Amino acid sequence: MSERKIRILVAKPGLDGHDRGAKVVARALRDAGMEVIYTGLRQTPEQIVRAAVQEDVQFIGLSCLSGAHNHLFPKVTQLLKENDAEDIIVFGGGVIPSDDIPFLKDNGIKEIFGPGTSTDRIITFINSLCNE
Amino acid sequence: MSYEDMKKNLQDEMKKWEEGPLAKTLARAPERREEFTTSSEMVVNPVYTPLDIEEEKYMDELGLPGQYPYTRGVYPTMYRGRFWTMRQYAGMADAAESNKRYRYLLEQGQTGLSVAFDLPTQIGYDSNHSLSNGEVGKVGVAIDTLADMELLFDNIPLDKVSTSMTINAPAAVLLAMYIAVAEKQGVSVEQISGTIQNDVLKEYIARGTYIYPPEQSMRLITDIFEYCSQNVPKWNTISISGYHIREAGSTAAQEVAFTLADAIAYVEAAIESGLEIDQFASRLSFFFNSHLNFIEEIAKFRAARRLWAKIVKERFNAKKENSMRLRFHTQTGGSTLTAQQPDNNIIRVTLQALAAVLGGTQSLHTNSKDEALALPTEESVRIALRTQQIIAHESGVADTADPFAGSYYLEALTDQIEAEAIKYIEKIDDLGGAVKAIEHGYIQQEIADSAYKYQMGVESGDNIVVGVNKFEAEEESPKNLLRIDDAVETRQIDRLNKVKEERDNEAVKKALAELKEAAEGTDNLMPYILDAVKAYATLGEISDVMRDVFGEYKPAEIL
Repeated sequence: MSERKIRILVAKPGLDGHDRGAKVVARALRDAGMEVIYTGLRQTPEQIVRAAVQEDVQFIGLSCLSGAHNHLFPKVTQLLKENDAEDIIVFGGGVIPSDDIPFLKDNGIKEIFGPGTSTDRIITFINSLCNE
Repeated sequence: MSYEDMKKNLQDEMKKWEEGPLAKTLARAPERREEFTTSSEMVVNPVYTPLDIEEEKYMDELGLPGQYPYTRGVYPTMYRGRFWTMRQYAGMADAAESNKRYRYLLEQGQTGLSVAFDLPTQIGYDSNHSLSNGEVGKVGVAIDTLADMELLFDNIPLDKVSTSMTINAPAAVLLAMYIAVAEKQGVSVEQISGTIQNDVLKEYIARGTYIYPPEQSMRLITDIFEYCSQNVPKWNTISISGYHIREAGSTAAQEVAFTLADAIAYVEAAIESGLEIDQFASRLSFFFNSHLNFIEEIAKFRAARRLWAKIVKERFNAKKENSMRLRFHTQTGGSTLTAQQPDNNIIRVTLQALAAVLGGTQSLHTNSKDEALALPTEESVRIALRTQQIIAHESGVADTADPFAGSYYLEALTDQIEAEAIKYIEKIDDLGGAVKAIEHGYIQQEIADSAYKYQMGVESGDNIVVGVNKFEAEEESPKNLLRIDDAVETRQIDRLNKVKEERDNEAVKKALAELKEAAEGTDNLMPYILDAVKAYATLGEISDVMRDVFGEYKPAEIL
């Protein structure tokens, strides 16, 4: 991979207003040398995918604590496919029961980080995919 | 020995102790940390003594229960008269299902209701709005029309329970629906009691369910103050909330500071709209968090009570004692719950609930152990309620007012938190008040900084979270989590469509047109909203009328 900085979109899909986790992760990624764009609250999957394509990111990190993840996360990966942007890697976090994780992974979400995940683990995850 | 001599003597003894036994012990074995601090980064000393408090100021700073400045509690008898209200925040799926949960909780000995609405309801969208897709009934109950509200309180007599509703931007609409349900039950509006959260400033700061811009939101809020002061005298018209500010990552001192700064903004807006302080201040209520630094939390509640009393008296020149009493609800800290080893959360909640009771709370919600993973099951809600009942009936802490008062450490921390909060409030005053400070992103930035610092502390091992970064264990993923069926959304939309078919659509149109005209002018909007609600106009229709006139809030994004 070139010397280009890793670019990543941190996004809040749906109506959920809990953004402490998304903001902390965004800041930690930035401190780890990545270029981070944060969408702010209440983004539709369409808005998120549009921003990801426009900003030419390699990753999208989705955060949802409202229980709507099964609706919103797969919609993002589906729209990426429709926009020929499925090379963008999508991961997620929030209040997500472990029973839901297989479904999300089947729908193209690369990884789910639950409550208590260290930001280090997320940084390692991103770096390892970039070095592949 | 005089008081002064005693102090002098103690100073000498302290010096001897520090140079002697303390120094010797430290030379042999260092302490666990180089520096001990509270969540608000206040340095904690090895020991506290009468030198840390100013006993001569006892009557000015502490007083007696039910007396200014209310540090020791807002009522003379506190829990000897009656316990705090045990009020579990609940609501899910649709009105019928939530109604069942409320009746269960009342049967289990709960003494007040607390309604959780789903996100579409909280943001003023009907269940069939495109943005509601996937969110209907998820974090609370879906309410579209008065018909849902009638079902929600079916067989719950509104003159017998008090109801707290966590609703902010559309608070006027949900309050109107509650009033309409009471009338249908034959209960007069003077009799109903409860609280609407109605605190939009903290939505901009921390919680995210805003709709309209600040100026228009403040108008709606003061309209409610005025309407209720004349028509619904037992209603708490706002619950000024530090809870979500803390959840977003603030320290304890910031929680007090930003909550009271918001409260000052509401009072100023109400005064500007022509109300007298003593006309509405007694109906202001507060809502705080309870986290895990036990003594600091007790101190926080006491500091908030004292500082608010002083602000209302000295800054706003209130005359009535009731205006100066800071009454508050407490919820234990959701963000302190761990998904790992969820049973440990019962212990966390117990400590937090105990701190709230020792801090003199008027009502309390205890979180359930499984809430880092999903909405709580009936079983885990029962344990949470039992935690309160054990504190109330078995621990003995409710038998005297403010039992920890006089602890040198507690009193010193109470003073420190108050002083730190005053500093923040002065800074916010300099910025032009809370609304301006929010528009500049100042408050959000302070909170984001604290949240980040805390997380870095967890990752460095400086902040220990049992089961997360220490004492971890292999565990199976938990079973029996509550799941909201996707069929709820379809069912709710069908119900909404049916109401729209059966109502008098001409009456709805007329009520909405009149509301629009009023919103463009300066009339109090409550009577218009009440008319629209009674005609079965939907929450979304009413909110859209105001969106058209008021516009929508666009936040500045702060990392």
